Amino acid sequence: MTAIVTVEGLSKTYKGGFAALKAVSLRIEQGEILALLGPNGAGKTTLISTLCGITTPSGGEARVGGHDIVTGYREARAMIGLVPQEIALEPFEKVINTVRFSRGLFGRPRDEALIERILRQLSLWDKRNNRIRELSGGMKRRVLIAKALCHEPRVLFLDEPTAGVDVELRRDMWEVVRGLKESGVTIILTTHYLEEAEAMADRIAVINKGEILLIEDKAALMRRMGRKSLRIDLVEPIAAVPDTLASYALEKTPDGQALIYNYETRAEGTGITRLLQALATEGLSVRDIETSQSSLEEIFVGLVREDAA
Amino acid sequence: MNLHAIRAIYIYEMKRFFRTILESLLSPVISTTLYFVVFGAAIGGRIQEVEGVSYAAFIVPGLIMLSVMTQAISNASFGIYFPKFIGTIFELLSAPVNFLEIVLGYVGAAATKALMIGTVILITASLFVDLDIQHPWIMVLFLVMICVTFALFGFIIGIWAENFQQLQLIPLLVITPLVFLGGAFYSISMLPPAWQIVTLFNPVVYLISGFRWAFFGVADVGIGYSLLAVGVFFGLCLALVGLIFKTGYRIKS
Repeated sequence: MTAIVTVEGLSKTYKGGFAALKAVSLRIEQGEILALLGPNGAGKTTLISTLCGITTPSGGEARVGGHDIVTGYREARAMIGLVPQEIALEPFEKVINTVRFSRGLFGRPRDEALIERILRQLSLWDKRNNRIRELSGGMKRRVLIAKALCHEPRVLFLDEPTAGVDVELRRDMWEVVRGLKESGVTIILTTHYLEEAEAMADRIAVINKGEILLIEDKAALMRRMGRKSLRIDLVEPIAAVPDTLASYALEKTPDGQALIYNYETRAEGTGITRLLQALATEGLSVRDIETSQSSLEEIFVGLVREDAA
Repeated sequence: MNLHAIRAIYIYEMKRFFRTILESLLSPVISTTLYFVVFGAAIGGRIQEVEGVSYAAFIVPGLIMLSVMTQAISNASFGIYFPKFIGTIFELLSAPVNFLEIVLGYVGAAATKALMIGTVILITASLFVDLDIQHPWIMVLFLVMICVTFALFGFIIGIWAENFQQLQLIPLLVITPLVFLGGAFYSISMLPPAWQIVTLFNPVVYLISGFRWAFFGVADVGIGYSLLAVGVFFGLCLALVGLIFKTGYRIKS
């Protein structure tokens, strides 16, 4: 894999002395979707703003497509598209004009066919002559995406792209993002919806207090840190867990109708076979079994809590 | 040089102007007409001539200056303040453009608008008085230089301003009084000697005087001083804009 964005010891300290980024280093591979997770004020937006040129870094360096973001800012920024967190659009301008403006601003000649394709892809073509103020919040967010895409960036930063967007539109946007990934665009996504990261990302980076806590393949992370639980529904309720099963640390549901067994997926053996045998030995008949895996959200909350401790 | 970006900013800004073309051009036409009615007819009836020029014609260069200066400032300051206010400045900062290109786009558009308004006022004025412009090229040079310089000045105000009140502060409290006291409607030779000296500290005197010289060949100060004043003010504004962009003052954290 080739890295399209490399960040080395990047730091940002604001005038008041607040260190928003503390020597952050990371590599973003070409063509991947990286989800950047972190609580409010963790440094997600500062990291993106610094890479895009909106904020001046205090130290360290970063490259986009091999171009330094400070000395080679023209080449670096030409490769980047940014969809900001806040909806910032000129209310009185027409949709198509604001998109044309963005393309020109990024140094690209007029290309009406391309703009039409992007607007159609984002279901904005019918609204092209509408003024921005006439659009709904979701539509405005699409306009921001169209503006970010119209200069054909190789790297796209999506800062909370689905904040305040209804479920249907959110799923539409996920489709758009997946389509972009297929066309080879590298996507860096920050989100509060961990479900979103879980559904879309190839890798997950967790940032807190200006530091990257981890950056890992999503599936591996979930395997490594994920806990599973097995719920065993019994035919007959029990009053207490038999002593012979104490080593499994089973939890009994209040009605005594089911037992919960927590186990780690990364362990050599999960102990499920032995547990089921032990249940049979105890004469407990099993009606049903069900497994569930801890979500990314639980993993994330766990990590941030650990960091705070 | 990112010519596409300069063009994009320029066209975007000009579109804003054309969206409200009627209001943009109608208000200077109406105010010019009012000035002619009030100053030309009322006061002109008493003053008749100033330095051999009819009073109505005498005030034309000052009227043009007044509108051009305030329009150049307000257009340029609003042009850059508005993206700061609504947050779209992020796009300018994240685009592959340098500060010179941003300035060329915004200041170029603001200067063009001021130039168009100046031309409309000149045409309106010529309906009221006979204008025989003695040095047309110098007049055009002055007009263009003043449009550009005051647009640069407006751009600085737009960067500096943190709210709409501040945006209005300099044009209302500084520029308009300086134009009124700078000989827009009178020759400074009509003032008592002490005030004539005080007036010479008003930089606008040199601008109006030079502009009027281009029209009628009469001036309060030598044309050389006027050209020097325009050049110095232009250089100062350019240096300030350069400094703003070097330090990212009020636009970049």
